Amino acid sequence: MTVIGSIGWQTLSDALGQGAIYALMAVGIGLVFGVLRLVNFAYGQLIMAGAYTLAYTSGWPVAGSVVTCFAVVIALSLAMDRLVFRPLRSASPATMLVTTFAVSFLLQAVALIIDLRDNTLGEIAVSVAPLNQAISIGGVDVRKVTLVSVAVAAGTLIVLALLLTRTTIGLHTRAAATDFTTARLLGVRANRVIAFAVIVSGVLAAAVAVLLTVQNPFVQPSFALEDTIIVLVGVVVGGIDRLWTATLGGFAIGFASVLVNAALPTDKTVYLPSVIYALVILVLLLRPAGLFAWGRRAAMERV
Amino acid sequence: MRSLFASAAELAGPMLLVIVVGLLSTTASAANEIYFLNALVAVAIVVAIYVFVGVSGVLSFGQISFVAVGAFASGLMTVPVESKKGVLTTVFPLLRDHTVGNVPSLLLAAALGGVFAFVVGLPLMRLSGLAAGIATFAVLEITHNVLREWTKIGPGATTLALVPETTGALQATLGALAAIVVAFVYQRSRRGRLLRASREDPAAARGVGVSIHRERLVAFTVSGALAGFAGGLYVHLIGSITTEQVYLELTFLTLAMLVVGGVTSLWGAVVGALAVSGLDSFLSQAESGVHVGFTLNLPQGTRLVFLSAIMALVLILRPSGLTGGRELRLRLPRRAARS
Repeated sequence: MTVIGSIGWQTLSDALGQGAIYALMAVGIGLVFGVLRLVNFAYGQLIMAGAYTLAYTSGWPVAGSVVTCFAVVIALSLAMDRLVFRPLRSASPATMLVTTFAVSFLLQAVALIIDLRDNTLGEIAVSVAPLNQAISIGGVDVRKVTLVSVAVAAGTLIVLALLLTRTTIGLHTRAAATDFTTARLLGVRANRVIAFAVIVSGVLAAAVAVLLTVQNPFVQPSFALEDTIIVLVGVVVGGIDRLWTATLGGFAIGFASVLVNAALPTDKTVYLPSVIYALVILVLLLRPAGLFAWGRRAAMERV
Repeated sequence: MRSLFASAAELAGPMLLVIVVGLLSTTASAANEIYFLNALVAVAIVVAIYVFVGVSGVLSFGQISFVAVGAFASGLMTVPVESKKGVLTTVFPLLRDHTVGNVPSLLLAAALGGVFAFVVGLPLMRLSGLAAGIATFAVLEITHNVLREWTKIGPGATTLALVPETTGALQATLGALAAIVVAFVYQRSRRGRLLRASREDPAAARGVGVSIHRERLVAFTVSGALAGFAGGLYVHLIGSITTEQVYLELTFLTLAMLVVGGVTSLWGAVVGALAVSGLDSFLSQAESGVHVGFTLNLPQGTRLVFLSAIMALVLILRPSGLTGGRELRLRLPRRAARS
């Protein structure tokens, strides 16, 4: 009885940690989608850049290393907007998406070249590793990073909610996310709003970089690539048109994949992706506008 | 008369381009031939994707699933029985104890691709936009996962080797041409026109009685059959296959080829596939030094940097692709009235 109970709580705590990290990524992707209508496939490479920064500054004091990570990721995020997103603002969604594929490959290829200077693939980020230790709470081993992830995610979401509802720039951003053209006509400055979204999404990517490197200190060019793909799926499943449905979608897919993994018999866990993606298809068929998009039907535009 | 002439050019342009590449491959050295043949197989895959993505305007990340199914089916069924008994001990006896020839294996690949696409498309073609993109991506993930783990239908995570390398210059060229002809016939047919109408204006198309679900399903099935066929060509070109070769990277690369060429035209699909493959081959040559008036010698590992940077640049400068998404025309129209 206690064994079953402890496995259940253990899984639940892992699922919460995973869900929290994916929720943060979902906010970063959803914010940029809101103002630019652009699905940023290269979001994972922002995280990867942050992780490499942590690895290369492993010898520094932790605070310095983390601050540098944030600076690098935010700078890269702004550069991506200026060099790639801005010229593409009027392009078709497919063109924007495929361009971010190209950017993603570009950043991975650059990272590979930098990484291979020492002739070994991958770097180790050790400075933040102590967070990965477990502490025991009522017989359940909870890794510190799980607590930190959940706390960071909750804190960030509260701060972001306050920013979006209580400040002028937040109001402008929400207006732009609802209807960009009308918002501009009413005096919302497009570039400021977009810069705000891009910076916030960069901050989130840096935070995720720290949390992910704690769990997996071995940094490679493909770092966070798989997570980004899963979060993108989750964001669409949750409902990409609104920030909070996108966030819930990210959380849900992270949470669900840990739970499903635990529920599958051990010899069937290799089929975890099939089960998850079959669920994804099912949800999309039943609720194409998004799992959490209540009360809004995707009406076809009338001519 | 003029329209007949124009539509002849629409078909002849892509075909001529493919034939030229096929002929060039026979003049290239044995080491370089593979680049040309790869480009031709890429044409077949991208044209297959175009038949659905280009004509319907719905983004799909799933077409490589059909390439994968075609490649594994066609590869598995052409490995000689004696070899299969030694290395593929876990597969169903039906698959292990039979072998078919080259052409039947390609037809089998096309049939399987088409049937698979039809079955998957039946529910999924009701979706549009990002939901359709993600659902088709889910199909890719499931296909990859099952092919990789279920060792009763194939080699699983190991390499399927000893596949006869029958895709030479002739088969690659004819295969790419066949894909182009099928795509052309489809897009000029009633079905293709109805679907294109729904791409331009779904509400209006529905208003005049177009069943968007049915038209998309037809395109998805044709596209799946072509993709399966292209997968057959691919496995017979390289002589072996792993599940990773027909997965994410190929999906992104072939979609990028289509978008770089211009999503909404067959000409764009062919030009995009050849341009990106050509650039890729040129860059990998340049990594070991190539003469273009002067000696260009790129540092090792920079191929992907340049390839992705150039693709991003093309898309930023020409968001509707190299061809602008238009079919080939011999004379430029006097008025640029079409928007």
